[in-house]
Amino acid sequence: MIGMSTRHILLGLLASGPSHGYDLKRRHDERFPEARPLAYGQVYTTLQRLVRDGLAEIEGTDSDGGPERTRYRSTEDGSLELARWAGEIAPPAPFVTNEIFAKVVVSILSGGDADAYLRAQRAAHMERMRELTAVKTAKGADLATVLSADYALNHLDADLRWMNTTAARLTTLTAEVDAK
Amino acid sequence: MNHGDSKVPLLAARDLTKAHGRTEALRGASVELGAGEILAVTGASGSGKSTLLHCLAGIRHRAPVRPDDPGERLDQLSENRLSELRRTDFGVVFQFGQLIPELTALDNVALPLVLAGTSRRDAQARAGEWLERFGVRGQETLRPGEMSGGQAQRTALARALVTGPKVVFADEPTGALDSLATEQVMTALVHTARDAGTSVLLITHDAQVAAYADREVRMDDGVMATAGVTA
Repeated sequence: MIGMSTRHILLGLLASGPSHGYDLKRRHDERFPEARPLAYGQVYTTLQRLVRDGLAEIEGTDSDGGPERTRYRSTEDGSLELARWAGEIAPPAPFVTNEIFAKVVVSILSGGDADAYLRAQRAAHMERMRELTAVKTAKGADLATVLSADYALNHLDADLRWMNTTAARLTTLTAEVDAK
Repeated sequence: MNHGDSKVPLLAARDLTKAHGRTEALRGASVELGAGEILAVTGASGSGKSTLLHCLAGIRHRAPVRPDDPGERLDQLSENRLSELRRTDFGVVFQFGQLIPELTALDNVALPLVLAGTSRRDAQARAGEWLERFGVRGQETLRPGEMSGGQAQRTALARALVTGPKVVFADEPTGALDSLATEQVMTALVHTARDAGTSVLLITHDAQVAAYADREVRMDDGVMATAGVTA
């Protein structure tokens, strides 16, 4: 999750309003407690790239008597890019849960349609599970094939259960994230 | 894969409604089952999926269901015709197979044929073939109480298919089984149904079981949930 989608997660955090790098790091670490904490350096590098790519811009600086801090905000292109990423299904391979989790949280933060994303992701998971089941149950499938299909099926099933539960409690989850 | 031809629905239901007392179990459910298609109906507990099966199979109530072949409306059939349909065209399996405890595996599977007028000897011969297809060999003389859960469910499936029905309705057929027994039961069901060209309406809350089907429809609160848009 860290690396590929740090820029999207920062964009997601900026969706609720302009922020400083320090606050973004703190909110990221709160919001994604299972992820490795973001390094300040990574936050600033990512923010500079977002500005370079026109997805974020500098709104101003604050000092509050201390060191000067730059305040960033998302641009319209940034919001579009965030919506595109949050709605894009993750490849249904084992261990994609972190990305799915991040997309759901980011969707909620940015007022996106987490429910629609979950439905699409769920359908992609089911399609992959049907393929794996067909491979596993084909007459003459060898043990290694069956075991590897089983392994993937059980991990996809775990994702799917989490998605079902999340869809069911989405109203509650949205209320919690909004309250923060 | 031998996917069913969804252009020729064998069973079609439109806007089914059904209430248990004040609780609306079905609130306008629509579903089509193609000839030879294996369709999974999934959803949370209480979403109405079992009620849907009961209505489609004409078990509990007559329902506004229209099987296009032979073009009859279940809600307009006589009790006699409905019974005949259930005996010849429909096979049913539940979570607990409802085998008759006093009969052996062989006689349980032979029973629907005997009831339809086949001689006991011929019925037993065909029952033996079906038990073999479901991998229940050497256990023909066991009674349900002496079988494992997986053996009992495979016996129940053999009984559901022995009459050569057009549709098998399976309501959580693996709900009481461990994962390996589930795999054996589902593999046997899918292979046998495909070989025989039988449609299957499979009710399950288990995604790994639903993945054996050609297609999945999800139910939510008595109606079909909007299908996800696959990219």
